[in-house]
Amino acid sequence: MDDLLSEFITETAEALEVIDAELVRFEAEPNDQNILNNVFRLVHTIKGTCGFLGLPRLEAVAHAGETLLGRFRDGTVEVTPPAVTLVLESIDQIKYLMNMLEEHGAEPEGDDAALIQRLEAAAEGELEQPSAKPEPAPEPVQAVEAPKGKPAPANLPEGARWDEDLGRELRPGEVSLADLEAAFAAAEFDAETAAEEHAEEKAIAEAEAAAVAEATMPEAPENAIQSMAQMAEAAAALSGREKDEPGARAEGGHTISNQSIRVSVDVLEHLMNMVSELVLTRNQLMQMVRSMDESEFKTPLQRLSNVTGELQDAVMATRMQPIGNAWKKLPRIVRDASNDLNKKIKLVMEGDQTELDRQVLELIRDPLTHMVRNSCDHAIELPSDRMAVGKPEEGTIVLRAYHEGGHIIIELRDDGAGLRTSRIRQKAIENGVVTAEEAAAMPDEQIQRLIFAPGFSTAEKVTNLSGRGVGMDVVRTNIELIGGAIDLASKEGEGTVFTIKIPLTLAIVSALIVGVQGQRFAVPQLSVVELVRTGNTNDNKIENINGTRVLRLRDRLLPVLPLTTALKIDEDWGEKENHFVIVMQMANQKFGLVVDEVFDTEEIVVKPLSNVLRNVSEYSGSTILGDGSVIMILDPMGLARLAAFDTSNANNTSQVETEAKVKDSRNDRQSLLVFSAGSKEPKACPLSLVTRLEEIDADRFEMTNRGPVVQYRGQLMPVVHLAGQMSINEEGRQPVLVISQGNQVVGLGVDRVLDITEDVLNIKISDETPGVLGTAVIGDKATEIIDVGHFLSQADHDWAAALEKSRKEPQSVLLLESNPFFRNLLYPVLNSSGYRVTIVSSANEASALDLEPGMFDIILADIDNDEEARRFMQQLEKDADWRDVPRIALTNNDEAMVEEYSGCVRKSDRHGLLAILDQAVSLKGKAA
Amino acid sequence: MSSTEYITLKIGGQLFGAPVSDIHDVFAPTSITPVPLAPKEIAGVLNLRGRIVTAVDSRARLGLGPRDPDSSIMSIHIEMKGESFGLIIDEVGEVLRLDDKDREDVPANLDPVWAQIAAGIYRLEKELLVILEIEKILSFAMETEADRVGKAA
Repeated sequence: MDDLLSEFITETAEALEVIDAELVRFEAEPNDQNILNNVFRLVHTIKGTCGFLGLPRLEAVAHAGETLLGRFRDGTVEVTPPAVTLVLESIDQIKYLMNMLEEHGAEPEGDDAALIQRLEAAAEGELEQPSAKPEPAPEPVQAVEAPKGKPAPANLPEGARWDEDLGRELRPGEVSLADLEAAFAAAEFDAETAAEEHAEEKAIAEAEAAAVAEATMPEAPENAIQSMAQMAEAAAALSGREKDEPGARAEGGHTISNQSIRVSVDVLEHLMNMVSELVLTRNQLMQMVRSMDESEFKTPLQRLSNVTGELQDAVMATRMQPIGNAWKKLPRIVRDASNDLNKKIKLVMEGDQTELDRQVLELIRDPLTHMVRNSCDHAIELPSDRMAVGKPEEGTIVLRAYHEGGHIIIELRDDGAGLRTSRIRQKAIENGVVTAEEAAAMPDEQIQRLIFAPGFSTAEKVTNLSGRGVGMDVVRTNIELIGGAIDLASKEGEGTVFTIKIPLTLAIVSALIVGVQGQRFAVPQLSVVELVRTGNTNDNKIENINGTRVLRLRDRLLPVLPLTTALKIDEDWGEKENHFVIVMQMANQKFGLVVDEVFDTEEIVVKPLSNVLRNVSEYSGSTILGDGSVIMILDPMGLARLAAFDTSNANNTSQVETEAKVKDSRNDRQSLLVFSAGSKEPKACPLSLVTRLEEIDADRFEMTNRGPVVQYRGQLMPVVHLAGQMSINEEGRQPVLVISQGNQVVGLGVDRVLDITEDVLNIKISDETPGVLGTAVIGDKATEIIDVGHFLSQADHDWAAALEKSRKEPQSVLLLESNPFFRNLLYPVLNSSGYRVTIVSSANEASALDLEPGMFDIILADIDNDEEARRFMQQLEKDADWRDVPRIALTNNDEAMVEEYSGCVRKSDRHGLLAILDQAVSLKGKAA
Repeated sequence: MSSTEYITLKIGGQLFGAPVSDIHDVFAPTSITPVPLAPKEIAGVLNLRGRIVTAVDSRARLGLGPRDPDSSIMSIHIEMKGESFGLIIDEVGEVLRLDDKDREDVPANLDPVWAQIAAGIYRLEKELLVILEIEKILSFAMETEADRVGKAA
């Protein structure tokens, strides 16, 4: 394709974008001559250039569109939405033709007679659509004739015309400035501004012409270039004007267009690369000089460093573009959407001058467009529905961008229907995104976030605009790809706010340099939450469950992935005691990356990977460090996927052995009853909680309003099945775990009792589902640990209440327990027995409560492996205010049962615990 | 009569020739950073005057055993499809101008991997010179791109 054509395409594409946005604005403010004039001029220029370049289809469409615009301008045709739609249609056709032209270097076959006919009919005031008011027959209008007739396209065989302004003959296709001026003047265009603009254009055009002549281009293209210059001018003037106050109109535009030049992106990219090199060389030099004590290079190097820094900033600035560039298409999209959907939608854009890196801009454009479409389609209600709930008829979508500490925040706010949590919950279950139990346990905010989950789309009907199955998950993925994050807040009936946080630039990022096995890697700082030092002597210890490694981090178990394993550098887990764990947070996954060493953070220049390495998902790029060495940048997303895989798929016998040693060293082994219920996956609960195992004949079950009951040892025992009431066997025998509590007996129905085993209960994944404490690995299998307390209360609602009533007032208990499993186990037991429980996980946390006398009636503390807790209890004993409050120690170590506590009880001994509490309460009552 | 200039290289004791026109320059690589998980032909990445160059291990590519870690290595810098590669070889020899008509076809019984990357053979006085087709040597690194474009289309 020749240069002229490609330049034409670039320029026209820009002009078309401006036209799109301007026309939508114009529709809203049909009286603004200024907007119309500019649109008119842009279309006119396109037409003229097409004529010159021999593009008859484009020219014909542009011409017809221009004619209609002319009628708008002289007021003979009223500006109505259908009429504007028609003009937009012609612009779309021009875009389509431009695309074909770009692809094939020539206009496609065919003609646009139908469209042109409609445009012409509209220009005559005969718009087909009913909403257009027929105008009286247009008066003869020279104003329109002037621009459309005389900028004769190439095929006009008119002889050479002399142009006074240019001082030379007009070439074919060129419009004399006088003609243009006349046209604008006739259209009540501000004559002064026009003259000024023409002077400008003339100057530019002449400069261009001279430049072209120098470059020994063939004579003819001058015209085209001139037209392009005009077009660029007009576009620049337009965008310039947008920024200025309406009053300042044209002047603002001129200064801006005069002071900017067009530079190709390649040049900028090259500059950026060179500056990156310079930065690296500077870093290298600095490192060398730093190691010398005295050097005459120090001062000049400091200067070099400063200049380099400034240069870097300046070049970065050239890459920055206002985010408004990514928004240009949105007014048009919203307008079309509101027409298609018969809605009234206003788009408000704030902070469109907020600048960000060109590359980021490109990547954010599509997700944003998609989200705005979504808002139009799903969020904003029909006008009648809006009126019905007392909202203004017109819905508003606000797009707002602003800077916040190295990031850009983009907010998309609508005042529409908001997310329907119930519908999302239902849909998520239907689509298998979550199970019903999971969904029931999730708070509304979490449910709303499910719209970002893959394979999720709630649109009840697929519309033209959206709801085709690719949804917010794609948006989220795209945003995360550039290191961004997306979140939402929504209130049903009031609207939704999406917040997108993206880095300003992708070229330079802050990274943490880490090392394994002598190799260094960079981790983008953006995804690093914290750094944890681990070791056997340390509180933070990496532990092993069936070959899967986890880190105890405060109250949670964090899956960890050794970088050596991820990169398959060294398959056997080093016996090294000390590691660093980099805690990384990706959208909904948190994991730890285990490394040997952590160096420092560096601002690194991200270099793209070569093709062959791009397929390795663990890397996102490479970079050159200050010392000149190349290192790979790890991709947190790729590693997160690996971490997820690693936790579900690890098996290593030697590690099971080491695990066994770990277990023996601790005192937490318990007998566990393993059974199945509902699903194939094993479930378990501590055996100590189960009174008896019974197999009851199916015909002994009797139904009551509150569920099935069985006559059991002279009592009625309610039975609840773990997999739901319907799962109780109708024939044969039903295994039941009998759990007794005082005089009360409750049966838990299960499918099959599998095993009784002794194991360490190390809850790996804690769970929010009611009835499940979490998942632990028991005998090589992931096993759900059942919360017996939950099922007890489910089986007999009155039970807990009855107990509570039996006391005059609920006693309040402080429970100090550092082990999350026991915390989860003890809480329901205490709570369902009518105690008000306050839980703390450490002595520090307990002290932070600002203990006041009388705050708690009983203190319970787990003193196993917790020196602090022991000290805390001792302190209370010395404290006059607390001396008389019963202090009960929980321990599995028989030797620890000493006199310093009011009582001691084994952690897993539920009955013992409740008995000792009862006793303590009654003693206290007597003392009082 | 047309002729071509070749730079001679040694890889695993065998003499090879690469067209001078395909080669940007020759350099002694310092500190190649290994890239775990990369294909076995990738020796790593290195910094060549501020550019990151993908180092390709010619021995791995030709199916030869690993080189003695103490031996010195050389590298030829190749630019292909906008990417920079460093082909790691054992030594670099002289530049020869050879007549195109003397070039013989690759023998039919040559190892298929070698046959794929060899453009022809010259019978020099003392030994045989295998002409390398640079594009084919790097084809493994290029295929991925083609695959991706194919998938995208």
